[in-house]
Amino acid sequence: MSGIHVTTTINGDEAEFICQPDETLLDVLRDRMGMTGSKEGCGSGDCGACSVMVNDRLVCSCLVLGAEAEGARVDTIEGMADGETLHPLQRKFLEHAALQCGVCTPGFLVAAKALLEKNPDPSEIEVRYWLAGNLCRCTGYDKIIRAVMDAAAEMRGA
Amino acid sequence: MSRLTEKARDGALKQVGTRPLRPDGIDKVTGRARFGADAVAPGMLVGKILRSPHAHARIKAIDTTKAEALSGVKAVITADDFGDVDESLTDTLHNIMAHGKALYEGHAVAAVAAVNMSVARQALKLIEVDYDVLPHVTDVEEAAQPDAPLIREDLLTVGVNPPATKPSNISARHEFGHGDVGKGFAEADIIVERTFRTEATHQGYIEPHSWLGSMGPDGQAELWGCTQGHYMVRDTCAGLLGIDVSKLRVTASEIGGGFGGKTTVFVEPVVLALSRKANRPVKITMSREEVFKATGPTSSSANRVKIGITKDGRITAADAELFYQGGAFPGSPVEFGAMAAFACYALENVRAVGWDVLANRPKQAAYRAPGAPMIVFAVESVIDELARRIDMDPVDFRLKNAPKEGDRSSYGPKFGPIGLIQTLEAAKAHPHYSAPLGPNQGRGIAAGFWFNFGGMTCSNINIGNDGTVTIAVGTPDIGGSRASMCLMAAEEFGIPYDRVKAIVADTSALGFNDVTDGSRVTFSSGYATIQSARAAIGEMCKRAAQIWGIPEEAVDWSDGHARPSGPNAGDFEPLSMAEIAASAARTGGPIAGHHEVNVDGAGVSFGVHIADVEIDPQTGRSTVTRYTVLQDAGKAIHPAYVEGQYQGGAVQGIGWALNEEYIYGEDGRLQNAGFLDYRMPVASDLPMIDTQIIEIPNEGHPYGVRGVGETPIVPPLGAIGNAVSQAIGLRVTETPMSPPRLLAMMSSYREAAE
Repeated sequence: MSGIHVTTTINGDEAEFICQPDETLLDVLRDRMGMTGSKEGCGSGDCGACSVMVNDRLVCSCLVLGAEAEGARVDTIEGMADGETLHPLQRKFLEHAALQCGVCTPGFLVAAKALLEKNPDPSEIEVRYWLAGNLCRCTGYDKIIRAVMDAAAEMRGA
Repeated sequence: MSRLTEKARDGALKQVGTRPLRPDGIDKVTGRARFGADAVAPGMLVGKILRSPHAHARIKAIDTTKAEALSGVKAVITADDFGDVDESLTDTLHNIMAHGKALYEGHAVAAVAAVNMSVARQALKLIEVDYDVLPHVTDVEEAAQPDAPLIREDLLTVGVNPPATKPSNISARHEFGHGDVGKGFAEADIIVERTFRTEATHQGYIEPHSWLGSMGPDGQAELWGCTQGHYMVRDTCAGLLGIDVSKLRVTASEIGGGFGGKTTVFVEPVVLALSRKANRPVKITMSREEVFKATGPTSSSANRVKIGITKDGRITAADAELFYQGGAFPGSPVEFGAMAAFACYALENVRAVGWDVLANRPKQAAYRAPGAPMIVFAVESVIDELARRIDMDPVDFRLKNAPKEGDRSSYGPKFGPIGLIQTLEAAKAHPHYSAPLGPNQGRGIAAGFWFNFGGMTCSNINIGNDGTVTIAVGTPDIGGSRASMCLMAAEEFGIPYDRVKAIVADTSALGFNDVTDGSRVTFSSGYATIQSARAAIGEMCKRAAQIWGIPEEAVDWSDGHARPSGPNAGDFEPLSMAEIAASAARTGGPIAGHHEVNVDGAGVSFGVHIADVEIDPQTGRSTVTRYTVLQDAGKAIHPAYVEGQYQGGAVQGIGWALNEEYIYGEDGRLQNAGFLDYRMPVASDLPMIDTQIIEIPNEGHPYGVRGVGETPIVPPLGAIGNAVSQAIGLRVTETPMSPPRLLAMMSSYREAAE
């Protein structure tokens, strides 16, 4: 197999890589770019641990090919904080103890950020349905839902 | 009771019991934390495992020549690459790589190491395995039959009288109890006897097993990866590879969940064997399908429970027979099941007999309170039925029969201070218990118990030259335990929480530590941390005495300072930790404290759950509308993470009760080896999970801590089962209570009624 040259933007920085045609965006992020914040929990789009944004759309990066990132804008967990200032969601996850083992946490944060950008004032039901694609086996979701609701309230200035 | 346990009871603790941010939190919310699959090493190869497509097959020959010849392949191994091992490790060895027979679909038969994943995948296709397919059995009751296909031709049941002479799939019989159940049943006014079945479920941790290993020609080896116990990994792998434990250094990564499923080895020894052969570092990361097919789910089970009571609700006798299928090797948790079955009741006449059954399924691994949820589902269902038969409130019924301190447990020992009665009373007083129910809704209550564990533990505390504290523990942090360690150390020293840091040390840095299991970490690593802190405080008092030129006994410690104490101590200003540490070089060198212990007295725990469930009569779908967990924590060091354990355990139990199951086809192959078809609860399936922490101090710990992690998965099957049974007016006796099962049950009842 011959490699494919891809030019893209990751977390606002221009990036280039060469990938195989069968490599996923998740493989590229983790193995070629060294960005291991996105996790592979299932490889089939069922757990959400690899959630990233591609052109402002929330995707499971295990279901996107690396070659599809050509010309796209990719945003990952590594770009969520602004320098040393955490995103309100990151802060609220910590304050609410909304993570236990922490492996699903990057995926939840990226997915929750995507939700709040679309809908700054979601109901609990809306948060639960939006995050239904992200599996967490440790927390029972209670504290995660509370953290997202609280972050949403803070971001609205409520 | 120790002075400090009294302190915990009096509420004199200043930091323990508060909710500070976890010290590893920033790493985990920024994606910086390194989990198993995140490790890399220079020159690293990709490992991949070939697995049996058959549930049961003799391996006549394996031809690896074509795979070895493929460009980019650096090593291929089979069972022949592992030598003889100690008998205690034979099953582990045969599970990580099939020897002679493939015993379940997914059983490893060979492995390759190659320059990349693509080559590794091609190489697997080039390995030729000649199988002689054998008859198989996956169902627990069928496997226990005398004419079932034999998984081991030489397995004789132990624990039976007369001794077994004919091989079977039953490896052992276990019995617990006391009194005379026959006499007890003769005294009963009402007896209920039923049989229950539960399907196997998987721990479902989100992080698949992943290990990077490096082994050189000199036999020096290193492993990095996700585990609940890196000392266990070191000792097991050293045994399997025939090397000294001192030559293998294991570093635990962050761990993305385990729940008991990462308490044994799967790919670790394979990684090392490949690395030894290729003389390069090798990494293996399991796919999700491999996790389902080739790591340990829990047992499936079939259990008969018989309980007799008097008209006023006193239990006169209780009897249970448990059949647990633990996969293709002996060692299902049926012994724990038989012990835990009736632990929530004070009984004069009780017996529980457990049978350990082999089947053509992956070897079960521990799953949170291993063995307890299935039998407790059966017991709590029968208890619920009996309470209803005599029209007694189910909490009052349990209170009437609940054990208290000094009572003999159903499994033998007498109970120390326990909190079941207080927990039941809290459940009854909880607003959930008296809230109104809507149509098609039912409310179930169930109690549950777990033993908890202490074990081999050691910890180190180093005082930095700035007076800050680093704690080293040997127990991987699976759910926030670093925060608890920091809180306990900060409490002992009397310094702010953020002056303390906790790390998980590798196997070369501390003595042996047992696995992060048995709900033991906050209890036992916390115990060792507290003792280490006291040792360091003693040393700092000594240094202060030296600086002041007074006797050691004349120095006291409080609020992070050494203080002269007593009439002859002189008049000195208190010395802070930073001041004492800064002069360490002049007073005798670095300051540290350590503690090693095989700690006992973890303290059993009890929980009570209340579940409201609504059933859709058209589809049989159950919706949990409200759920409350009440449990005795002894003392909650960090209440937010105790609540998290309660909530997470409850939701795993809800999944087990309602939807999760291993589904096998006629061919003995797993039909649902993925998160789409193995349906774990998602956020939209659930309500908030309300919690209430009860605190009855455990005398075995300075602050009264008892283990909390496992008990929360014990009651949910019973609580949900009792709620569903009430909602549909029929007793449910199987898990999962999935829509097809409930619908079939309701329609066959309707047909019978017509």
